[in-house]
Amino acid sequence: MSNTQTDTGRSRIRSSSTIRESWGDRVFITVVYFMLTVVLIAVLYPLIYIVSSSLSSPAAVSSGKVWLWPIDLTFDGYKSVLRNDQVLTGYANSLFYTACGTLISVALTIMIAYPLSKKTFVGRSSLMMFITFTMLFSGGLIPTYLVVKTMGLIDTRWALLIPNAIWVWQVIIARTFFQNSIPEELSEAADIDGCSDIRFIFSVILPLAKPIIAVLSLMYAVGQWNAYFDALIYLKSQSLYPLQLILRSILILNSSTGNMDASEMIKQQQMAELMKYSLIVMASLPVLIIYPFVQRYFVQGMLIGSVKG
Amino acid sequence: MTSESKSVEKTSKSSALQRALSRSWRRHWQLYLLILPPIAYFIIFKYVPMVNAVLAFKDYNVIKGIWGSPWAGTKYFELLFQNPAFITLIKNTLYISFYSLIVGFPIPILLALALNEIKNIRFKKIVQMVTYAPYFISTVVMVSIIMLFLSPRLGIVNTIAGALGFEAVNFLGEPGLFRSIYVFSDVWQGMGYSAVIYLAALAGVDPSLYEAAKVDGANRMQKIINVDLPGLLPAAVIILILSVGNIMAVGFEKIYLLQNPLNLSASEIISTYVYKIGLLNANYSFATAVGLFNSVINLVLLLIVNAVAKRLSNTSLW
Repeated sequence: MSNTQTDTGRSRIRSSSTIRESWGDRVFITVVYFMLTVVLIAVLYPLIYIVSSSLSSPAAVSSGKVWLWPIDLTFDGYKSVLRNDQVLTGYANSLFYTACGTLISVALTIMIAYPLSKKTFVGRSSLMMFITFTMLFSGGLIPTYLVVKTMGLIDTRWALLIPNAIWVWQVIIARTFFQNSIPEELSEAADIDGCSDIRFIFSVILPLAKPIIAVLSLMYAVGQWNAYFDALIYLKSQSLYPLQLILRSILILNSSTGNMDASEMIKQQQMAELMKYSLIVMASLPVLIIYPFVQRYFVQGMLIGSVKG
Repeated sequence: MTSESKSVEKTSKSSALQRALSRSWRRHWQLYLLILPPIAYFIIFKYVPMVNAVLAFKDYNVIKGIWGSPWAGTKYFELLFQNPAFITLIKNTLYISFYSLIVGFPIPILLALALNEIKNIRFKKIVQMVTYAPYFISTVVMVSIIMLFLSPRLGIVNTIAGALGFEAVNFLGEPGLFRSIYVFSDVWQGMGYSAVIYLAALAGVDPSLYEAAKVDGANRMQKIINVDLPGLLPAAVIILILSVGNIMAVGFEKIYLLQNPLNLSASEIISTYVYKIGLLNANYSFATAVGLFNSVINLVLLLIVNAVAKRLSNTSLW
């Protein structure tokens, strides 16, 4: 509207075409809003449905009465999850793996990324190639398994912490960060003052690297919390299983049914069904709760990584 | 005289490198020590397995170990190529990954383009935040959600279909539906995450280009085609190369969990097969041969796509 008013001085043909174009644009933007709303609902609905189901009564869940909001609100599902020893052990194990794994991974990543970011570090480009090649080619599952076996890590907690400790992508992100945001003059000045590399890292680099440490920690932590493959191939004792592997046996393999009379069994089955929803919520909660607060770090991490360094 | 000077030049070149190295060592010896643990990690867990892949050419014997086991030549590769399951494995692997690429590659771009048109900041933020969230759901949980939703008895999808008068379908038991379930659940989970890169690329487009488009009287659609899409191209090419490089490495984790005896004819792929014959049946040499075949094809695909992209758009990985 305002466009056509300011354009009144111009020729009639021109202004009429502006009106037609803006009409077309208005239809276009309406379609865009509509499509995005559809996408929003398509992503949001399953999430809401899961949370609502987890808060409904076992009977309501198994008779398909839940559509959007919880029916007969109860916390029975969560109570039975919290009574399940397997789940609790898995939860504790996963917390341990996530904390220790993240610490190890972040430390190793910075140890390699910082030297590789220094221009005066001779050999850095061949080292970089040495590392990135592992992204392109791998020996495969069995040869890697045999190495882990030879190291005596099978069925130990180390098997989840060490064999996949460094992600090359994270090294690239960290290296790009160091290159772009730590001025070379800083380390030159430190050099002249006779400050050693190690001291320089601890007193200058690490405080400056807080944003990248946050990004690395979050990505490694989410990866470690959500991983199940390494546990599947390397662990045998159930007492060491991370939560995801416990979830797999309860949610996907349905491995928790006992022998009891008919009515008790139906009840039990309904409860098992409800428990699945509660478990899904409980397992995803730690990550989804922190996610809104740390989203910008994730975005930042992806953006640093996408800059070609 | 001349030959002497040449040799002097040569030695001075190599000694220059040596001098640079020793100077760098004197200055950065602490850093060289610092990289030892990460380098050891890469050697032990990445490079030793590559050497161990020689197992594919040996008859593995647990007692004798990899190097003590007798050579088998190309026996296991012949076994693989003559295996009637081989064609199915290749077909399933390629089908699933190309399907995923064709559907999964453009959707995040469309999402980013659509979000970029939105002037209402709050709506844009909400859509971004919600579509990004499923990325953080673990594979195990994602697969359980799929199974719960598609369950023939209690699943919400069949409940809705039943209310509309359709018969219940055992979605995960239908080999024909397996790929679509895999691909579209991936889209559901990953589109918001993948769109972030493109949104950043769009944010980096020179504003004067939009001004110029406005002056030229371009409408929104023309602006998207002539300004936005070219701005996205470099990022899109890189992501396309990386996805093609992953074609043969299509997600073991999710497919393995989604497998059941009914859909196996469509869902058995190379990596799940390697896991089963290798770790579950302990047929190490054969599994290594299959895995090695997979890695080599993967590398070749990546190199080809990278070269093509370099030719066509001057964008490449290196």
